[in-house]
Amino acid sequence: MSVQTERTDTGTAAAPGVRKTDSSPPGPEARTGTKTRGGASAPYLLLLPALLATLVLLGWPLVKNGMLSFQNLNPRQLILHLTEWNGGDNYKEVLGSSDFWKVVQRTVAFTAVNVVLIMVLGTLVGLLLARLGKRMRLLLMLGLVLAWAMPVIAATTVYQWLFAQRFGVVNWLLAKAGWESMADYNWFGTQFSTFSVIILLIVWQSIPFVAINLYAATTTIPKELYEAASIDGAGTWKSFTSVTFPFMRPFLWATTFLEVIWVFKAFPQIFAMNAGGPDRLTETLPIYAFVEGPGNQHYGMGSAISFLTILILLGLTAYYLRTVLKQEEDEL
Amino acid sequence: MKRSPFARLWPNATALVLFVVFAFPVYWMFATALKPTGDIIADDPVFLPTDITFDHFQRAVDADHFWTLVGNSLTVTVLSVVFSLVIALLASFALARMRFKGRRGFILTFMIAQMAPWEVMVIAIYMIVRDADLLNSLVPLTVFYMIMVLPFTILTLRGYVAAVPKELEESAMVDGCTRRQAFVKVIFPLLAPGLMATSLFGFITAWNEFPLVLILNKGIEKQTLPLWLSSFQTTFGDDWGATMAAASLFAVPILVLFVFLQRKAVSGLTSGAVKG
Repeated sequence: MSVQTERTDTGTAAAPGVRKTDSSPPGPEARTGTKTRGGASAPYLLLLPALLATLVLLGWPLVKNGMLSFQNLNPRQLILHLTEWNGGDNYKEVLGSSDFWKVVQRTVAFTAVNVVLIMVLGTLVGLLLARLGKRMRLLLMLGLVLAWAMPVIAATTVYQWLFAQRFGVVNWLLAKAGWESMADYNWFGTQFSTFSVIILLIVWQSIPFVAINLYAATTTIPKELYEAASIDGAGTWKSFTSVTFPFMRPFLWATTFLEVIWVFKAFPQIFAMNAGGPDRLTETLPIYAFVEGPGNQHYGMGSAISFLTILILLGLTAYYLRTVLKQEEDEL
Repeated sequence: MKRSPFARLWPNATALVLFVVFAFPVYWMFATALKPTGDIIADDPVFLPTDITFDHFQRAVDADHFWTLVGNSLTVTVLSVVFSLVIALLASFALARMRFKGRRGFILTFMIAQMAPWEVMVIAIYMIVRDADLLNSLVPLTVFYMIMVLPFTILTLRGYVAAVPKELEESAMVDGCTRRQAFVKVIFPLLAPGLMATSLFGFITAWNEFPLVLILNKGIEKQTLPLWLSSFQTTFGDDWGATMAAASLFAVPILVLFVFLQRKAVSGLTSGAVKG
């Protein structure tokens, strides 16, 4: 990514250096034979704890999730510790239910709306940051960092208060602005209004990441490019499309995918806001899996939904990493 | 290029509006927490509280188990970050300084692990933890928070290790240090800022974690602050003053760390691709 200013050189810098470590400086190491033998296996020994932890704590739950999704696991089996395999029944039931497909559609739409808003508004705010004078930029940065840093659950609670039916400041503001019917509006009563609040929360917390990083990236664009563009008679818009945007494209593309992944698996915001309500109408895939599994005690079903969600996310992640790695060949 | 007054004005005006939009929810949390209940349930909101009261904070702190939960949150957060730092330091040293077969593969593994969808894996983790008879315990939380932040810690630390000039280490070894001594005496002290920055992001992740503790620890004695905060309304009803005081208490450590670390945050987060 073009944003990496301080780390781009590390990969290449390390490469010529490391060669020396294997051929070990003759002085101190020649004294004992064990050191040279340790030298060859040293990296693996150093990596062993990290690798073991990843395999056991990440790999095992993934495998377990796959296994559970082929089991009949309801309260009875859970309490008696029974393992009842039921083939692909969970998947048949999940994939055959219209509820599941409704949730899938909802999740995709939810992700799309969020990501489009985050990327468009985040880019605009980032470009604005680049245009501001020093003092205003610091001020806006401060606001962005505050929103970014707010712990998710704290932010969710604050939004519940902002949009509270009684004494909520948003309803007051809308009523004052002449929308009298909003004075006592219950934001958590319908699917649309609940989603509006959740989306506002997520977009509010995600814009800073995009905006600040985009601004950081614009500072790395060589000034000469803009001068050249203006000599060629390019206006503001033209120099944006011919200089800024091409420079930003890899960053924007990678960030879009990151946001897709993050929003797709968003859990605390939705769950803590209204637990997927009203009437389970704001459940996205992660919430749906949670409510079906631990909530309704259909752990097998829940695992099947989880597993399908994980597969989707894995696909997205693979695509994301492929794009990023293509840009940072030397990172590895 | 000459700009009209309007062209100079609108970016500043927009910035000001945006500042209010982004900062207001945070401000409102503190403002609500600090003003008397009469001002909270007023027909017209009091935007600039003049009477400051700490009653709401008192009620939040006096809530059942508050200090137990603070202790729990601190325990799991600190332990998981320390464990992940130790493990990551070893791994990042190998990845940054040594050349060996499979190095790319290891890095790629950690990159994928970093994107693991923990939110969706909680059911499987619940079954594993239950079968190990460890529900309502801080041990699984610590262990899984450790693995949640480990890949990020490794990948970020790798950059910091690589940034320490190779020559320093080599000259220490020429002077008779073993490789391990060179690491402990030369590299480690230089890594301190990197360790700080990296660990603070682990701290934020673990401090905020919600879905896993939600499913694992039903017993109030073993919960953490996010779970408590999300159910605060159930306990306190429409007591928004106390709720906002609780939210403030929970948010302040993170806000302070984050604002303090903002510069490092930008470069670290972009390269590590993790959301705070």
